[in-house]
Amino acid sequence: MKPPPFDYHAPGSVAEALETLAEAGEHGKVLAGGQSLIPMLNMRLAAPGHIVDVNRLAELATVSVESDGVRVGALARHAQVERAEQVAAAQPLLRQALRLVAHPVIRNRGTVVGSLVHADPAAELPAVLILLGGSVRLARPGATRDVPAAGFFTGPLESALRPGELAVSALFPTLPPRSGTAFHEVSRRHGDYAVAGVAALVRLDDDLRVVTAGVACVSAGPVPVLVDVTEACGHRPAASADWASAARAVRDRIEPETDVHASADYRRHLTGTLAERALRDAARAASDE
Amino acid sequence: MTDIAITLTVNGVVRRVETPGRRLLSDCLRHDLGLTGTHVGCEHGVCGCCTVLLDGEPVRSCLMLAATADGHEITTVEGLAAPDGTLSPVQRAFAECHGLQCGFCTPGFLCTVTALLRDNPAPTDEEVLEGVSGNLCRCTGYQNIVKSVHRAAEIIAEES
Repeated sequence: MKPPPFDYHAPGSVAEALETLAEAGEHGKVLAGGQSLIPMLNMRLAAPGHIVDVNRLAELATVSVESDGVRVGALARHAQVERAEQVAAAQPLLRQALRLVAHPVIRNRGTVVGSLVHADPAAELPAVLILLGGSVRLARPGATRDVPAAGFFTGPLESALRPGELAVSALFPTLPPRSGTAFHEVSRRHGDYAVAGVAALVRLDDDLRVVTAGVACVSAGPVPVLVDVTEACGHRPAASADWASAARAVRDRIEPETDVHASADYRRHLTGTLAERALRDAARAASDE
Repeated sequence: MTDIAITLTVNGVVRRVETPGRRLLSDCLRHDLGLTGTHVGCEHGVCGCCTVLLDGEPVRSCLMLAATADGHEITTVEGLAAPDGTLSPVQRAFAECHGLQCGFCTPGFLCTVTALLRDNPAPTDEEVLEGVSGNLCRCTGYQNIVKSVHRAAEIIAEES
């Protein structure tokens, strides 16, 4: 239960980190918060030849509210983003989701961008990024590219990040007025990965009729599953929208798997129930705006 | 894979260590520095026994490389009592309320609760449960631990 041997690198600048990662190629692995990577090393599920520790790169420990959204740097910890009042005001879904991520002590170290790159389909933040239509900024020496969330998550624990690239930040877009969000999940023990979880986003018009409604589901497939339920719930006032029909649409769309924690049928049932709750809460939040 | 020279300030004392890059902070504290109060249970971040304070914030020392902690301040359970040996309010409350039995998980609870009460001096039951949810105890059933946290809050309030 100790990490296998590796070459340890502690670059002092982003440029140096990118050079080191480019040289290491597919043998390199970035260490930020380490709350997923170090367990994988300890359990020998991963054995990278080179660890590039970015914890000294204070320039990546940033969270800023920009015109188009909340930009979270690669070294911003969950706790830092969760506590930031300006983030909660600009994009409430981040705090709603972060409170469900593991335990407070884990959130002191774990990073938001690290959670995205880890791409666990049971994790909350990939679902948030997909639901909001955000993006991840990837860098290599001399070049950066922004990958939209829809194309970023390619499989369980797999993302569009190429060997030698560093995910330097992620953008969580803000929403227009009369938008509301919510996140509901059920886990077997407090802080465990969710058996099922649903992030919801509802937008209303000035007459408080539903304009768009969608959910992103965790533990419901190999990647977070985005379901547009606008048609199912109908362009009706939020108070009389057909959320039960929306829940059925979600159940029909997802492909959860059976494991030791829950059967696929139970996960499907639970996801629908959570979707209905989350959509109602999101619609209520949008009405109150 | 040469050793890396790092400097840690542990319980107020500057310590220089040469350690392999793959050394976990928990093992560095225990084996390199001889501070065996930090206990190692699961080594994948579930049990919370190895929790220490890094720059004042509770973290899992088994989920951190010692090299990453270079230049930072660490408080372990050995550093919670006053220099003259007087137990901290949290330690006294755990003793008073029987917030432990075998004691294996206790260092992690003490560090976690020390930070919890610093940030929230009068937590509700729910806030205590959320605060210690990342620490497992197989003896007490947690009731006395929750009592201990409330008692520690009282002691801190009385003494401030």
